[in-house]
Amino acid sequence: MRPAPFRVAAFCAITAALTTAHGAVRGGDAQRGEALYDSRCTACHSLDHSRIGPAHRGVFGRRAGRVTGFDYSPALRRSHVVWNVKSLDRWLTNPELFIPGQKMGYSVPDAQDRADIVAFLGSPDAR
Amino acid sequence: MIKSSRSVTVSRRDALFAGGVALSGATVALLAGRPALAAQHAASQSAQKDASVINTALALEYEGINAYTLGAQSNLLEKPVLAIAVKFQDDHKVHRDRLLAVLKTLGATPVREKSLAEYAEELEVNKLKTQADVLNFAAGLERGAVNAYLGIIPSFADHALAKLAGQLASDETVHFAILNQALGRPLPEAMSFGV
Repeated sequence: MRPAPFRVAAFCAITAALTTAHGAVRGGDAQRGEALYDSRCTACHSLDHSRIGPAHRGVFGRRAGRVTGFDYSPALRRSHVVWNVKSLDRWLTNPELFIPGQKMGYSVPDAQDRADIVAFLGSPDAR
Repeated sequence: MIKSSRSVTVSRRDALFAGGVALSGATVALLAGRPALAAQHAASQSAQKDASVINTALALEYEGINAYTLGAQSNLLEKPVLAIAVKFQDDHKVHRDRLLAVLKTLGATPVREKSLAEYAEELEVNKLKTQADVLNFAAGLERGAVNAYLGIIPSFADHALAKLAGQLASDETVHFAILNQALGRPLPEAMSFGV
């Protein structure tokens, strides 16, 4: 198997031109997003284990509030949101404005940072 | 079993959100010409939101306490390092108690502390094989906690709670710096936290 940096770079190149089944990942740098994810998100999240927040692997295309075993807020469970580039961007911009009554008190104010984190979550390394 | 959305009774809140128009309870009260009720409702919602964020902090502290227990039980730490780990764990216990007191004041239910086995699985401590692994693991958690606390500061309606988050971040920064030093790594760059 090729090393992770190669796979992430390949993913960026491919998704610059293609649209995924759940929405386009455009303008996001998955490699930078991985570093941002590591720095900002891993206090509460990991890809494979639900901790303070739910596990993230496979988040693209998943309905909000559906990671088995995680104790979601009622607001998130009944939100009917499906995670894609647009909804993840809105969520990270202001979770409470997007889904009032949810539990996450953290946001990512910078649009490029959000795009990069979302690109990482949509990359093969996080799927 | 997950109920179909069609079978769920439409609540007042859902009704307020229907058609993409979101009206808060405070707005409804204002529209009804009851500003005092609106103010009371808004304050109650702010306190509820603050409690939710404090509960996130409490969950982080529970995880930190248990992580240090797991590190200590690994038998990978030399005595002087173990003493530092115990001191850091004590700090996290102080944080926990402070956060529990805040939640009590706010009338909120504290988040549940998981079992040690649950934390061990979630944190994949079975991968720790050396003292350096444990120090690196702890440094990662502490750095994550610093960034999390800095990140939640703007969420608080109550500035005293924002200050508390700042105090927690300061303690975690001290922990991170000492662990970083023990790992022989260079000092962090200026403004490297919270970004």
